[in-house]
Amino acid sequence: MPTRPALIVEDLHKRFGDLEVLKGLSVAAQKGDVISVLGASGSGKSTFLRCINLLEIPDRGRITVGEETVKMHTNRRGLNVPSDTRQVERIRTRLAMVFQQFNLWSHMTIMENVVEAPIHVLKVPRREALARGEAYLRKAGIADKADAYPAHLSGGQQQRAAIARALAMEPAVLLFDEPTSALDPELVGEVLQVMRDLAEEGRTMIVVTHEMGFAREVSSRVLFLHEGRIEEDGPPGQVFANPRSDRFRQFIAAMV
Amino acid sequence: MINLHGYGPSILEGTFLTIAVSLAALALSMLLGILGALGKLSGSLSLRLAAQTYTTIIRGIPDLVLMLLVFFGGQVFINQVAPLLGYEDYIDINPFIAGVSTIGFIFGAYMTETFRGAILAVPRGQIEAAYAYGMRRDQMFRRILMPQMIRHAIPGFGNNWLVLVKTTALVSIIGLDDMVRKASLAAGATRLPFTFYLVVAFNYLVITSISVYLLRWLETRYSAGVIRA
Repeated sequence: MPTRPALIVEDLHKRFGDLEVLKGLSVAAQKGDVISVLGASGSGKSTFLRCINLLEIPDRGRITVGEETVKMHTNRRGLNVPSDTRQVERIRTRLAMVFQQFNLWSHMTIMENVVEAPIHVLKVPRREALARGEAYLRKAGIADKADAYPAHLSGGQQQRAAIARALAMEPAVLLFDEPTSALDPELVGEVLQVMRDLAEEGRTMIVVTHEMGFAREVSSRVLFLHEGRIEEDGPPGQVFANPRSDRFRQFIAAMV
Repeated sequence: MINLHGYGPSILEGTFLTIAVSLAALALSMLLGILGALGKLSGSLSLRLAAQTYTTIIRGIPDLVLMLLVFFGGQVFINQVAPLLGYEDYIDINPFIAGVSTIGFIFGAYMTETFRGAILAVPRGQIEAAYAYGMRRDQMFRRILMPQMIRHAIPGFGNNWLVLVKTTALVSIIGLDDMVRKASLAAGATRLPFTFYLVVAFNYLVITSISVYLLRWLETRYSAGVIRA
């Protein structure tokens, strides 16, 4: 009997002015799923990810994390807005995000970055947060840089530290927004390796990426977005071997 | 040693008043500056408009004219309004309060611009990361925005503070016994203007030099994690 999905997204719509970026996306992520989201730039894949943790507010649709559905209502100006800010903050703590530009807090050391939200948002006791931080920094292979500031690290090290920061939240789902796109080519491998390890541990991950190798070899499921719609959805073996849509075929051809 | 003809303690008293006016005006200007900067960057049109009007008016009028307007104009205004509210006695504006509020008000406008620039200098992505990790607005402000904007604000802030200290010399014209006025009294009585104004100039220089030293210390403290070119 299947357990309750870790994350359910239903009929997500988002427009920026006249541009409709998302035209009704629905996805359910089971626990342990690693979903790669592919698509050309402008296909809406980053917006999709940013709507999930409400960094962008979707115009329509339902988001459910575990048992909890984000409460939304229409305000006086006809905009869809979250009804309960505290609930949004609570849900965000269960969806830790890793950004393309790392976005580590530059006035804090790596360890301070990792324990910041556990201590101040989740209210984990400091000692416990530090122990947790130490463990996740080790997992990301960056424990030796715990006392360094982000500016002193390479891009790959910063991104691994950012992954440790996400893990320290012990979230239900990890969201990766093009985690290797801002890296020098020789640093991409070290970050992908950490992500591979996490996938093997059975963590639930949604990864917006251009890394075809990762999508093909690591993910359990591949989504292909085109013009705000899901054009392909299936296990990588099936999607890459027998693409149903011409556009995905063209997309793969262009990537190779 | 310069002979101050017994006016030393009086000048010292004036120096303390100068420092008191400066610090009180600084506190007011920082408060107005933060409010102004948040206003200018807020999503609300009316708040942006209010902050814009404030900085445009204040920065466009000479400090001396503003001070005279507040002190004399304010006096007339209050004494015309008070009887309407059933208050019959003549009201004197306390020159200390008039001086502090005028200077604080003026420098609030300059601080608004300094703080606005400092807030904009904090990378947007770091603020977004704060929200993505479940921080409330006030937590984001205290834990992420503030510590970083202070570093960006210190150079402009220090500049404003030095100009502010020197601007307090204007309060002598509204009858506040700061060190400039004390010196002018002493100079008149002893006919030694050069001596007394030199002492005053030296005192300003001491205050501003100590300030520069403290600001440098502050800047170092808030520059943790910054690579210097």
